[in-house]
Amino acid sequence: MKINRRFFLRASVIAGGGFMVGLHPIAKLKAQGPPGANQPLSPADFVSISSDGIATIVAKNQELGQGALNLLPMMIAEELDVDWKTVRVVRSGVGPQYGGQITGGSTATPSNWEPMRRIGAAARQMIVAAAAQTWGVAAEECSTASGVVYHRASSRSLRYGELAAKAATMPVPAFTSLKLKDPKDYKIIGTTTAGIETKEILTGKPIFGIDVTVPGMLYASFEKTPVLGGKVVSANLDAIKSMKGVKHAFVVEGVPMANPYPNYLFEGPGFEAGVAIVADSWWAAQSARKKLEVKWDFGKWATQESEANARRADELAAQPAGRTLRKEGDPEAAFQREDVKVVQARYEFPFIAHATLEPQNCTAHFKDGKMEIWSTSQFPAPGRTTVARLLGIPETDVTLHMVRAGGGFGRRAYNDSMCEAAWISKTVGAPVKLLWSREDDIRHDYYRCGGFQYFKAAIDRGGKLLAWKNHFVAYGEGDAFVHDGGFNAGEFPAGYVENLLVQASKMPLGLKTGALRAPGSNSIAWVMQSFIDEVAHAAGADPAQFRLALLKKSTAGTAPVDPRARALNPARMSGVLQLAMEKSGWGQRTLRPGAALGIAFHFSHGGYFAEVAEVAVDAKKQVTVNKVWVVGDIGSHVINPSSAENQVQGAVVDGLSEMIQEITLKNGHVVQSNYHDHSMLRMPQAPAIEVSFLKTNNPPTGLGEPALPPILPAVANAIFSATGERIRTLPMTKQGFRFA
Amino acid sequence: MITLTINGKPRPFSGDPEMPLLWVLRDEFNLKGAKFGCGMGLCGACTVHVNGEPARSCLMTAAEMSGKSITTIEGLSVDGSHPVQLAWEAIDVPQCGYCQAGQMMTACALLAKTPNPNDVEIDSAMSGNLCRCGTYRRIRAAVHQAAELGKVRK
Ligand code: FES
Ligand code: FES
Repeated sequence: MKINRRFFLRASVIAGGGFMVGLHPIAKLKAQGPPGANQPLSPADFVSISSDGIATIVAKNQELGQGALNLLPMMIAEELDVDWKTVRVVRSGVGPQYGGQITGGSTATPSNWEPMRRIGAAARQMIVAAAAQTWGVAAEECSTASGVVYHRASSRSLRYGELAAKAATMPVPAFTSLKLKDPKDYKIIGTTTAGIETKEILTGKPIFGIDVTVPGMLYASFEKTPVLGGKVVSANLDAIKSMKGVKHAFVVEGVPMANPYPNYLFEGPGFEAGVAIVADSWWAAQSARKKLEVKWDFGKWATQESEANARRADELAAQPAGRTLRKEGDPEAAFQREDVKVVQARYEFPFIAHATLEPQNCTAHFKDGKMEIWSTSQFPAPGRTTVARLLGIPETDVTLHMVRAGGGFGRRAYNDSMCEAAWISKTVGAPVKLLWSREDDIRHDYYRCGGFQYFKAAIDRGGKLLAWKNHFVAYGEGDAFVHDGGFNAGEFPAGYVENLLVQASKMPLGLKTGALRAPGSNSIAWVMQSFIDEVAHAAGADPAQFRLALLKKSTAGTAPVDPRARALNPARMSGVLQLAMEKSGWGQRTLRPGAALGIAFHFSHGGYFAEVAEVAVDAKKQVTVNKVWVVGDIGSHVINPSSAENQVQGAVVDGLSEMIQEITLKNGHVVQSNYHDHSMLRMPQAPAIEVSFLKTNNPPTGLGEPALPPILPAVANAIFSATGERIRTLPMTKQGFRFA
Repeated sequence: MITLTINGKPRPFSGDPEMPLLWVLRDEFNLKGAKFGCGMGLCGACTVHVNGEPARSCLMTAAEMSGKSITTIEGLSVDGSHPVQLAWEAIDVPQCGYCQAGQMMTACALLAKTPNPNDVEIDSAMSGNLCRCGTYRRIRAAVHQAAELGKVRK
């Protein structure tokens, strides 16, 4: 959140003798309008203190189960120096004043760490100033604790609530001049706080998107084209309209996508064509839909098949690569050398769906030219923009309420259900709750992109990795990969091998792709860390020691590096790797027959993670993951420890599920439809997961994503150690493995 | 007209007798605790008790519920004080929380029959309930804790 440029802090009085501190737009910018927006900014009030001392703190990020309602308010409360039990957290609205409300990419912590603490510190400083003036003493002589200001010298004290009205009249400190706490004095950051809505969850209160009820609301079900870009030719609308409970049935033409690989994140408010059925209950709409007969024109993707894509990938891999992403040294010469051992492998990973347990849904109410929306979006601010453009109304006429989401994992970064609900509500002129069935959800996702990697490595006589080549074959056109379907040319071991060639080729794709938890990393970590393991075994080295040795061989500075490449810090990675080895007893323990350990690491979203998995594989290739050790370095602080541990354990379970999932295409249609053919781990399969954090002197970074990527290769590498069979294709069921 | 007994109260229902219990509860009686996840009996998010047995409310019709006694998460306690709820809170189980009502209803039915279950019994009773966020090990710990709390209470 970049607040210094466009905003300044301001305090105001609130009713009942309280005060409020927030970020207010700088007047000059308000007059000119910030670039790209044509509306005035309004203040974002983050913290208010009532005369009874209750601190109300606004949470501006969406809650998806990652703990966002606690996280940022904890930062404010810490510097405000109040007791957490006197804090009331409320959701903010949605608007530009909150500094970009997108929840994704594990960005909430790193981007808000400074500003949120400063907002809390500013409020505290003004309260202290009010006390000092009341007592006629210097502010420096005053201290605070638990919502009380003390003047120890004269044994006087005043509660924040008593000072609130006066504090509002104190000069507002400059944002950058604020003095922040010494971290050793933290009482809230680093101490577990209970989930803000846990009580409501445990008593079944209607707090999720799917639970939203608006008076007079109708229910919508929307049958979308099963093939990307398909159109409705005709449908038996009259028959549908005559069915019980059905109020409206109509063709939605769809809106042309802004580009071939549509992006609902910020613009291009396109959505798929189909038939909307609106009824007095969702069940009625859904029942009518079973009788729906649509004649489609599927268009150009109607013949697309997964198997054909795989064959095409092999053809492309045999041809000169479409593009070289990175080259160092002379890899071809190294491969030709007589004294080297060459290792080659082909890896393949599938498309997978997010499958959040709460299916996509949105409630919209269009009335008198204005739109009101209740949404679980992870990207509410871009969603508001998109809806305004779609309906051709000013953004200020779109009011968006954030509602708790039953999981996000990146799926709710895409506001397609929001666009659909808005369109349907406007068409029927009534409030409408649109709910997707599970089948809709699995078949109309923004899938984690599949891909292929063709590897070649040369190992010299001393067992050193001399040359590395990987040819990434995936989807895209021209210079562009499909959305979130690319490859980070800085991925390890790039920068640690003197002869390196990273290449890419593309083929067209008629499927929407997007960010899934640890995008770009959840597949890449598996291929790269698996092949490194192959190289280590070929070199006759211990896979953990081989990685540690490789991390010492940074070639940085020897070649120009793509500035977009995200490169890791080898010292931090070695740190987590060594601790993971220690925790898991790597090389120190005798395991049961049939059991083995596997190790892997990955850097993503600012976080360093090394993981060890202990697996046992039986004669029928049934895999039991006995235990997983996770070590993460996400900087100096773990803000909410219990929630953090929960996130990491969840990431591991999620990653294991990814080893058995796939989305495939037949005649341009997605084959899978529900949890029976796009399954996930169940309780008996979930391993014990020991989580450790290595605290280092670095600013805290996010945790939603970086713990996930290493688990796939850690388990695959363990399976190799246990069986001698290398998993080179996901889902691993393709090679006959399954979780016991 | 069908009469269901929901959380101890008789509730007349005159809508479509084929409507699944899940939607009767959610959209007719405004009890939103049971959740929709799959509509096929695969996820357990919609779990309620029918005559004390855990049941997938997405698979049962209103007509089949005539004369049956149904308990939903809202009927577990008025204030979240059921041992299962207390244990879930103490262990800090939920992430997104969407699956948890179904998880707790299944756990509650398990504990009614098996007051002191071991890990294998818990895993087998709970294996029909998916948690997309992966809170399984915390759920298991919470079931153990609820068993302890239940003993104290007796
Ligand atoms: S919604 Fe009933 S089992 Fe999934
Ligand atoms: S807590 Fe999110 S699905 Fe279980």
